[in-house]
Amino acid sequence: MEEKPRVVVTRSRRPETAAQDFSFTADTLPVDGALMDFRLRARETYRRLPMPSTAEEAWRRTDLRGLPVGAFRLPATDSYRDLPPVPAGLLKPLVSSQHGGQVVLLPGGSRADVDPALVKQGVIFTDLRTAEREHPDLVTQLAGELVRPEDGKFAALASAFSQDGVLLYVPKGVTVEQPLHSILWGAGPGLAHISHILVWLDEGASATYVHETASPDEGSASMHAGSLEVRVGNDASLKFVELQSWGKHVWNFTHARAQVERGGNLDWIFGAVGSKLTKTFAEIDLAGEGASGRMSGFYFTDGSQHLDLDTQQNHHAPHTTSDLLYKGALKGDSRMVWQGMIYVAPGAQKTDGYQANRNLVLSKGARADSIPGLEILADDVRCTHGATVGKLEEEPLFYLKSRGIPQVEAEQLVVEGFFDPIMQRIPFEGVRERFEQVIHRKMIAG
Amino acid sequence: MSELVVKNLHVSIEDKEILKGVDLTVRQGEIHAIMGPNGTGKSTLAYTLMGHPAYTVTEGEVWFKGQNVLEMEADARSRLGLFLAFQYPVAIPGVTVANFLRTALNARRRAANPEDKGVPIPEFRKTLKEKMELLKMDSGFAGRYLNDGFSGGEKKRAEILQLATLKPDIAILDETDSGLDIDALRIVSEGVNALSGPALGVLVITHYQRLLNYIKPQFVHIMLGGRIVESGGPDLALHLEEHGYDWVREKYEEATP
Repeated sequence: MEEKPRVVVTRSRRPETAAQDFSFTADTLPVDGALMDFRLRARETYRRLPMPSTAEEAWRRTDLRGLPVGAFRLPATDSYRDLPPVPAGLLKPLVSSQHGGQVVLLPGGSRADVDPALVKQGVIFTDLRTAEREHPDLVTQLAGELVRPEDGKFAALASAFSQDGVLLYVPKGVTVEQPLHSILWGAGPGLAHISHILVWLDEGASATYVHETASPDEGSASMHAGSLEVRVGNDASLKFVELQSWGKHVWNFTHARAQVERGGNLDWIFGAVGSKLTKTFAEIDLAGEGASGRMSGFYFTDGSQHLDLDTQQNHHAPHTTSDLLYKGALKGDSRMVWQGMIYVAPGAQKTDGYQANRNLVLSKGARADSIPGLEILADDVRCTHGATVGKLEEEPLFYLKSRGIPQVEAEQLVVEGFFDPIMQRIPFEGVRERFEQVIHRKMIAG
Repeated sequence: MSELVVKNLHVSIEDKEILKGVDLTVRQGEIHAIMGPNGTGKSTLAYTLMGHPAYTVTEGEVWFKGQNVLEMEADARSRLGLFLAFQYPVAIPGVTVANFLRTALNARRRAANPEDKGVPIPEFRKTLKEKMELLKMDSGFAGRYLNDGFSGGEKKRAEILQLATLKPDIAILDETDSGLDIDALRIVSEGVNALSGPALGVLVITHYQRLLNYIKPQFVHIMLGGRIVESGGPDLALHLEEHGYDWVREKYEEATP
């Protein structure tokens, strides 16, 4: 007697490229505040969107299959009390002798401190929970306007589940002389740190704002998802420094978007040295005539770090200028991807767009992919781009050694020289010094 | 008094033998010139003495201040007191002349004393200013990226500036006259002459006699086919200027296939 083999077809099988979902997303939303409606909507979007897979262009070079989704939980209130404290060095002013204000975001808590003189002028600089209580109209007006939950799984995640964040508002015509500083200290193995930063400089205002994310190196995985929305009003001017030094176990996902209105100016500095894996979307919209934006990025990866940066410069209005320079060094078996796009909308004439990405690969195992792109729908524009991947050459090193400089120092000098053009764009001694220390540390490590 | 002693030096690059037994002694305070046609191994000798990794020593010895130089990396040789002025100085983008020189000086100080805090900035500025005036260099030069976009003359002057700042015991000048116009040649030579004296031994490597009108050697050597085939006084250089290299070739060609 013969039996026919039974064929079972399972149509609902997940594609192998898709990671599972986070366990904490089944929990209640973290804050019952002004943003509750926004969070609820974002959570719906989050549920609808699939986990990114390498089948999507933006995620083609960043594989999330190794992401231990089930391992993360949201920090409980006050959990920072049992975790390593923020190192004093990170709390020190980076760009001046003193702060105009400082917001410290910790797992399950935060503290904010701002110069009373600024408060008197109407400047708001505080943590997001406080902002939801004290400035509900402002936060609901800003949240989700630039980084929309629909922009991606992690944009939706950050929008819905952010436990904390920062609100910076500078009223019309107010100049904030002393820099403002916020730090997100994400200690705690297994924790998911989720943040939402809102910045609005009203017409003619000016400020310098430094936002840092950091954590110690820890044994088991943790993660960060962030949404960062920056609005620079008409004729306003913002220097924005974003520094990332996550521990080597951190999976880091951010969506950042800045809008610059008529005559406004944004000087956006981005530095990344940490994390296990980072996927960042950074976008600038030059929305009003004469708006300008400069994006300066520096990064140094080593070990098995993976850094994937998406940048987009959107020229929506005539006479707008954008200038992007990202430079990075790679060591060990680390990997870097930069994918940049300049978009010029129809009618955005006389725009000037520039993007360049330069990489220095310091070891055989490291790899950099640099992918510039242009999409130009206006005819009277000037857009240029460049991308290079180079390595340490023997001749410069021999030359330096022939002057008595030992190998390691010679390599370090060449690397520092490589970064010099980008350091020249950073008017803050403290930021440069901090990065030089990282270069030094990474160069001498194995 | 320190001396650089080269004994029966054989050097290959990618398995091709370039130097076939060079013997030479240069003492502090002496000026030697090595002359010879192109492709006879003059630059190979210079690079090998400085420790370039592409050159393999297959036989022979090099001693300096009683130390076996061949066992040292280029940086250690430099700190011991050897210097090479490159024929083609290498650009180091992003590193200023001042930053580079300070790093080089500090490397020397730290090798001598690991606790050294580095040369004090005012002292360094003063030294640099002095040396730059000696070489008639514009003060803005210190802030430029090393050899990056330098003209031929600027590069060679920068080499002599390094020589002046690092104060070696023995300096090898590899074709320092190449690519220089007559004014630059004079400035560079005057610089070298101002630095030479009992504390400095100089080994000038040149294809042409013209540099020797400015830097006067006491010893002249002719190199051919990877060996020093003739040695003599200043008159040997003059003889070469008059008669060229043909007589040397005729005399030694069979010996150097």
